[in-house]
Amino acid sequence: MAMLIFTVCGSFWLEIALKVGVLRRIKRVALSVLPISTLFLIWDAYAISKGHWFFDREQILGIYGPLNIPLEEYLFFIVIPMAAIMTIEGVTTVKPHWRKDEFGQ
Amino acid sequence: MNYSDIAITAFAIAVMADLFLFKNSLLTRPAFWTSYAIILPFQFLTNWWLTSKNIVMYHPDAIVGLRIFSAPAEDLLFGFALILGTMDMWEFWGRRGMQRDPRPNKDKGI
Repeated sequence: MAMLIFTVCGSFWLEIALKVGVLRRIKRVALSVLPISTLFLIWDAYAISKGHWFFDREQILGIYGPLNIPLEEYLFFIVIPMAAIMTIEGVTTVKPHWRKDEFGQ
Repeated sequence: MNYSDIAITAFAIAVMADLFLFKNSLLTRPAFWTSYAIILPFQFLTNWWLTSKNIVMYHPDAIVGLRIFSAPAEDLLFGFALILGTMDMWEFWGRRGMQRDPRPNKDKGI
């Protein structure tokens, strides 16, 4: 959980400092994050069920969502992709000429 | 399939999708690689935290065993696929005209 809070602190300041406006575009965020995170959560569920990876119950909140996936994992697959979007938006805000490639303008 | 197999598969799918499925591939653009260069140290730091404190543990049979800053090397492929996939989707909707502008009053929606 601390790791997720760290990521939020480390990236969400871009929202204010650089006005990347990612949170304001929440529909585009949701439609970008959810399809990808769904695939990764299926992977997560499979890996947990097969024991590829496992968590120290003492060091997580101990709240489990569907498919025996800890709450932190669900949050991870929302927070990390959002941080990634804020990062590239931050980069293209600082370097606007790189944004031209985005829409072919 | 163990973690290594799935990580390589996810990485390959993300790269192929970026190069051949999405227009204006992110992999050919400095905006992506600059972002990745910013993200990577943070990934090392957070992964190191999660693995060195044994918050997350891996079955020895599921990974190759190569570790970078205490985290399995597979995490790099996993993280790359997650980040690239998400950014590609973000750009995809942007090119479709969805919420292109950071300022909401200029937002045209889709």
